[in-house]
Amino acid sequence: MSSKGYKDEDDYLMLSGIQHFQFCKRQWALIHIEQQWEENVRTVEGQYLHRKADQPFTREKRGNKLIVRAMPVKSNELKITGICDVVEFIKDDNGIEINGLDEKYIAYPVEYKRGKPKMNDSDILQLTAQAMCLEEMLLCEINMGYVFYNEIKHRVEVPITQNDKNKVRIIVTKMQGYYRRRHTPKVETGSFCKNCSLQHICLPKLMNKRSVKSYIEGKIHE
Amino acid sequence: MKKLLNTLFINQPDVYLALDGDNIILLKDDEKLGRLPLHNLEAVISFGYTGASPALMGYCAERNISLVFFTMNGRFLARVIGESRGNVVLRKKQYRVSDDELKSAKIARNFIVGKIYNNKWMIERMTRDYPMRVDVTQFKEVSHYLSSIILDVRECEDLERLRGLEGQAAISYNKLFNQMILQQKDSFYFHTRSRRPPLDNVNAMLSFAYTLLANDMASALEGVGLDAYVGFLHRDRPGRISLALDVMEELRGVYADRFVLSLINKKIINKDDFLKKENGAVIMSDESRKKFLTAWQNKKQEKITHPYLNEKISWGLVPHAQALLLARYLRGDLDEYPPFLWK
Ligand code: SF4
Repeated sequence: MSSKGYKDEDDYLMLSGIQHFQFCKRQWALIHIEQQWEENVRTVEGQYLHRKADQPFTREKRGNKLIVRAMPVKSNELKITGICDVVEFIKDDNGIEINGLDEKYIAYPVEYKRGKPKMNDSDILQLTAQAMCLEEMLLCEINMGYVFYNEIKHRVEVPITQNDKNKVRIIVTKMQGYYRRRHTPKVETGSFCKNCSLQHICLPKLMNKRSVKSYIEGKIHE
Repeated sequence: MKKLLNTLFINQPDVYLALDGDNIILLKDDEKLGRLPLHNLEAVISFGYTGASPALMGYCAERNISLVFFTMNGRFLARVIGESRGNVVLRKKQYRVSDDELKSAKIARNFIVGKIYNNKWMIERMTRDYPMRVDVTQFKEVSHYLSSIILDVRECEDLERLRGLEGQAAISYNKLFNQMILQQKDSFYFHTRSRRPPLDNVNAMLSFAYTLLANDMASALEGVGLDAYVGFLHRDRPGRISLALDVMEELRGVYADRFVLSLINKKIINKDDFLKKENGAVIMSDESRKKFLTAWQNKKQEKITHPYLNEKISWGLVPHAQALLLARYLRGDLDEYPPFLWK
């Protein structure tokens, strides 16, 4: 449903939002719909791209490996866009042809995380979404990726499964729905709020508060 | 709640402000007067005809540090506002409500409930703390009268009538104001409010305090994504920060008036701190403005418990808290706008 004169891509959601959405739908909406962030995500991603400005398309070759950093990706099917920290292309006869190179390659997305592996699947789903973008852009199939965790200085191998792809589709559809309505959901707050960088904007306690009406009436009739 | 950072007041004329990395530097005749890390600052307020580099302006706008220029006499000149914070949805909601008289009245009356309630409790406190100094009977009468007006305001759905009720309440509160001045009564007295220009010492200080508060309020509103210029009680007028003036109503007495009274009653400011111009206008001397701003900063650091949030915050964050609550209400998270009800 493209409206004339506008690029659909303006309405693409940010891939990195998947992890926010998985953590808390309200957090995602505050960041991606209301842009309530000290530094909003777009700026952060912009800076990131900028810093690596001369890097994204310099290809680093190591043996049979070709390493590309900060690769912008998108999916027209999912209507999301983002940046892959690293995409590794490994020489493989069953792979695809890459513009400007003789051999064939298979692509593997690699995502860098500051912390350590998490209990939930948000990292996996984010990587899966990246893989889905790459599949669409390169016309290939990706069945493996990696998440590098800085705290353990180690990369974890992640199979890209049909099941996770379906999960990504469901999440992204929900995100698009909220986004279209520009709706910031109220949610059940919980102990996870303690780890939320937007607490001071969201004020989770406020969501379980008594009504303002009873606050005012109580005070003026004291 | 977010943390309250410092405000940098530049009280010396002809100081040029520039950016150096993540620091602000103050230059006078090419000589470096000082250098401060910006990440500790929430506002830079400059008095006098000074300048600032575009780089500094950009830095402040991007990080939501308010950068404001006043004349030496405290008249507002300009505020640097960057790309507005994303919130088109919230702002459109604000404009729609502002265009709707009934919806506007329902928010505006809560500002006025707050204002009258707080003034009432200022009066009650005076009778409790200084029963020998003030006319208790008269104070109690006004207090009861204000209580009854609050009930009318609470029901009021008409902006014109609301302004009328607010006016009546203000008249009775102002009648007592002079009695709340307990020291230096020869040089400090209050008859009536004079603004342009202030004609006595008390009015000069009130004007200055209101200017600072309005500015803090405007920054707080812009900070949560609201448009400080589009109000509900105060209607649009070019260049007027109507919404800031709206929300400020509930804080005038309890924040600004009490502050001014304490400067007089604690003898922090005295009669030598003022200059009288040929036309009767009273202005504060440079020295007194410095004392005033230092005390203002200290006041901001004082802790209170926010009556609705039930959270300990500093006075300086009250404008931010109210701005946040207003945004929450406009967004549909709260059933009404909760005014700051102090006691
Ligand atoms: S504070 Fe809690 S409810 Fe609010 S955005 Fe963060 S995680 Fe979600």
